[in-house]
Amino acid sequence: MSSHILSLLIFIPAAGALLMLIGHRFISSNGNSEDSGKTAVFHKWIAVIFTGLQLFLSIWLWVNYVPGGGIQYQEHHAWIQSFNIEYFLGVDGLSLPLIVLTALLSFIGVVSSWNIKKSVLGYFSLLLLLDTAMMGVFCSLDFFLFYVFWELMLLPMYFLIGIWGGPQRMYAAIKFFLYTLLGSVLMLLAMLALYFYTEPHTFNLIAMIQSGAAIRDTFWGMDIRMLIFVALFIGFAIKVPIVPFHTWLPLAHVEAPTAVSVILAGVLLKMGTYGLLRINYPLLPDQVYIFAWSIALLGVINIIWGALNAIAQIDLKKMVAYSSVSHMGYVLLGMAAVVSTSAAGSQAGINGAVMQMFNHGTITAMLFLLVGIIYEKVHHRYIFFPKDYKDPALAGKLAFGGLAGQLPVYSGFVALAFFAGLGLPALSGFISEAMCFIGGFSIFRTLTIIGTLGILLNAIYFLRSYMHIFLGPVSNAYEGLKDMNGRELLTIVPLAIIVIALGVYPRLMLDVISPTMNSLIKLVQDMALMVGIN
Amino acid sequence: MSNFSSIAFYLPELLLVLTILAVIVVDLIPGLKRFNWIIALAGIIFTGILLYGDYGVSESLYMGTIAADPFAHYFKWIFLIAGFFTILVSRHTHSLRDADLPEYNALLLIVVFGLFLMASATNLVTVYLGIETVSLPSYILAGILKNDRKSNEASLKYVIFGAFSSGLMIYGFSWLYGLTGSMSLSGIQQGLAGVQEPLALYMAILLVLAGFGYKISMVPFHFWTPDVYEGSPTPVTGFLSVAPKAAGFAVLMRFFYSVFTTGSMTPVAGVDWLTLIALLSAVTMTFGNLIALQQDNVKRMLAFSSIAHAGYMLMALSILSPDAIRAVMIYLTMYLFMNMGAFFMVIFAENQLDAHTVEDWKGLGRKAPFLGALTVILMMSLTGLPPSAGFVGKLYLFAVVIAGKKFYWLAIVGVLNSVVSLFYYFRIVKAMWLFNPADTKPVKAGGVITLSILLFTIPALLLGIYWTPIINLIDKSIGF
Repeated sequence: MSSHILSLLIFIPAAGALLMLIGHRFISSNGNSEDSGKTAVFHKWIAVIFTGLQLFLSIWLWVNYVPGGGIQYQEHHAWIQSFNIEYFLGVDGLSLPLIVLTALLSFIGVVSSWNIKKSVLGYFSLLLLLDTAMMGVFCSLDFFLFYVFWELMLLPMYFLIGIWGGPQRMYAAIKFFLYTLLGSVLMLLAMLALYFYTEPHTFNLIAMIQSGAAIRDTFWGMDIRMLIFVALFIGFAIKVPIVPFHTWLPLAHVEAPTAVSVILAGVLLKMGTYGLLRINYPLLPDQVYIFAWSIALLGVINIIWGALNAIAQIDLKKMVAYSSVSHMGYVLLGMAAVVSTSAAGSQAGINGAVMQMFNHGTITAMLFLLVGIIYEKVHHRYIFFPKDYKDPALAGKLAFGGLAGQLPVYSGFVALAFFAGLGLPALSGFISEAMCFIGGFSIFRTLTIIGTLGILLNAIYFLRSYMHIFLGPVSNAYEGLKDMNGRELLTIVPLAIIVIALGVYPRLMLDVISPTMNSLIKLVQDMALMVGIN
Repeated sequence: MSNFSSIAFYLPELLLVLTILAVIVVDLIPGLKRFNWIIALAGIIFTGILLYGDYGVSESLYMGTIAADPFAHYFKWIFLIAGFFTILVSRHTHSLRDADLPEYNALLLIVVFGLFLMASATNLVTVYLGIETVSLPSYILAGILKNDRKSNEASLKYVIFGAFSSGLMIYGFSWLYGLTGSMSLSGIQQGLAGVQEPLALYMAILLVLAGFGYKISMVPFHFWTPDVYEGSPTPVTGFLSVAPKAAGFAVLMRFFYSVFTTGSMTPVAGVDWLTLIALLSAVTMTFGNLIALQQDNVKRMLAFSSIAHAGYMLMALSILSPDAIRAVMIYLTMYLFMNMGAFFMVIFAENQLDAHTVEDWKGLGRKAPFLGALTVILMMSLTGLPPSAGFVGKLYLFAVVIAGKKFYWLAIVGVLNSVVSLFYYFRIVKAMWLFNPADTKPVKAGGVITLSILLFTIPALLLGIYWTPIINLIDKSIGF
């Protein structure tokens, strides 16, 4: 089993989706496509069981992973021989946290979607298909396989936003699709260019690390390495999303159902930075040196721009969406620190970046889940009602107030999530953000100092919205609201535990990721020397 | 090879001719009239069996005017599959109920015969004969709905544009003959080696390209495409969008690689027709996609998108290498399945809902979930998203351009066009799935059309996951 564990991780959800489709025919009494109560229960439990199994396997993988042991649990099979495409899977310290994150958030996503009414079969089978694609991206070590999974994600996401989303769902779905496809087709070209420039031609990302160093060519006076780097970078930047490619994100988040927002912010955004670390960094290290300052600058822009936008929002979900833009900026700043001349600086930066990817995944998932819970209760999520609200008596007024008294448990968890989001010490976000800043400061002083303003800005919108919603005079509009139920607690509590545990004892995570990331730093710095930069 | 001994290698075509005659004769006998489609289908199946027997043959027939080579052999399979399913599906197309089916089947078979000729022609005369044998019955097929104004218009436009392009092409042939004094492709190639007038040669290339460009609906010879595709009965549209286009590419590749290319894979006499093809490719796909964006009629949208697909394939031909031929053949194979599958779905929608515009398709996915899911796969494939056949096709096309290291800009234009095409292909998906049906009128899936859609969707998906067998087959079929 151990040698096929990654395949299992990837295809267990897909098997679940298949089982749903087959089972549907047998269980639905009249054989038609509409859901009866019985089939809905069946689909929900299949989804829970299969994502639960995947989560269990991913934890098993975490426990059995040997830090510093290189790439483990490899699977290597020929796929299309004439094109040297391989089915090549493996896990290392960079992908492991994200694999666990994917499994965890998929499970939580399924549990949090328990109240879905519309086409239960379609919803859960697409969610599981999405799960398969995401897991595939993180496990693949063959560029082609990586690309296939990367693209496979788009289709279920399109439908999940487009069918189960909010009022503007169709526009949001196609905008998401077009943006990300634009990025990935550029990636396709870069992938083919890498394939044809390496000798022997290969898509194997590990083999490319060695052969990629030999790529030398110019096109219309531009270095081909730079062109490849930029094409890949734009592809990944759209996913992160890096300002100015971020405009799809708030829209998609606001329109998507809660579980999809959780997965979108928790997992999909990480793929952008994961791709940069997995592909751009080891394959084109000299370009990393050339672009490091730009990446840091973009990171700082993300931090500030995302936070300023979040401050301006009156829709709680939109605020959280923009906070994601801001938080991904920390990752970029940390990543840029790979070029730092001080070993401590570069290690803090890169390890902090990977840790921030995981931490942001858990924190933002909490935030979106909590927003989803209040939305289910009161069917809106405004901090202030907009000026053109349908009820003119309420327009522009404060929407909530004093909820803390009514919903003590809920407001407690919101406080935890908000504090984690703004980087309060002893919560996980603080550690990774601090590490990113330490890394950044060791080489980009001015930029990092500007970036730290982001912490302040983050505090503004989190604290202010907390004040408006939970503190102050009690609003009478929401009599008889119930506090969180058991199912909702089941989705929030594990994330809360992780947030606190990693905040108090970050070595749990750092020990796993740092051997891989430190060797990546060494690789980038050595290769850059070899290629002749620096 | 002499005329007489050639017959042994020309049996598939001869059987096709016999089938055509049989269909016409059976039509005259009252009691047997309704069997004509069975005869037509059986004729195609037996042609396929004979064709299978010719696998691996590489001979020059009829004194060097026709080649029975692996290249032509591969294309013949595409024509047979397209022809078979077109005849099958036509019987179940409601709009064709009043049309004269025996006549229709005979005409379709004649087109298939002409396509065979096009793919295997190695002489200016046979090239022209092949193209005309395809064109003339196509004009009638486009107008076979005698009482439908659009069908009549389609036919007339087709004739006028077809005649015009043929005229240009044959004028180009006369330049080639004048320059070299030879009618056979190999003779012309040898003759051109000594030609000192690049301008005259350039003229000939342009004129010949006009004729072939018309068949593959390349901009600026595409003007007939949207109206003909919209006006023709839908099975004919599906057939025209795939089979003659494939034949057009076959003859284009054979002609350009064996006439305008020297043995060392460089353009003849320094005439840089590769850049010309690159430019035409960029214009063709951009134009097709941008206009397709604005279409509401599904057939018209697919027509413009087929122009774009021709542009994608031309992209590979801007690089001179065997890989380019291979890539186009792969793409055509994938295109056969995904595009004809999409047209079968259009027939289904027309039959069941009388649906013509994207608007009419609203909620179709909810009414017929199985077919709706298949359509998603087909649209995904046409857009070129993995894992689908269309993606693999595009992968090979882009691979040729990137490996050529010459037209990177063309590759970028190509991928941007793919993104644009997503928008209109997914308008169909959006209409089918993201809207609720306007009424509860039931939709009956099942029967021949559903089965045909399924049969074409399976390869459109599976060939995107594992395509080694097709590659192996095509690698054996590249030799002229």
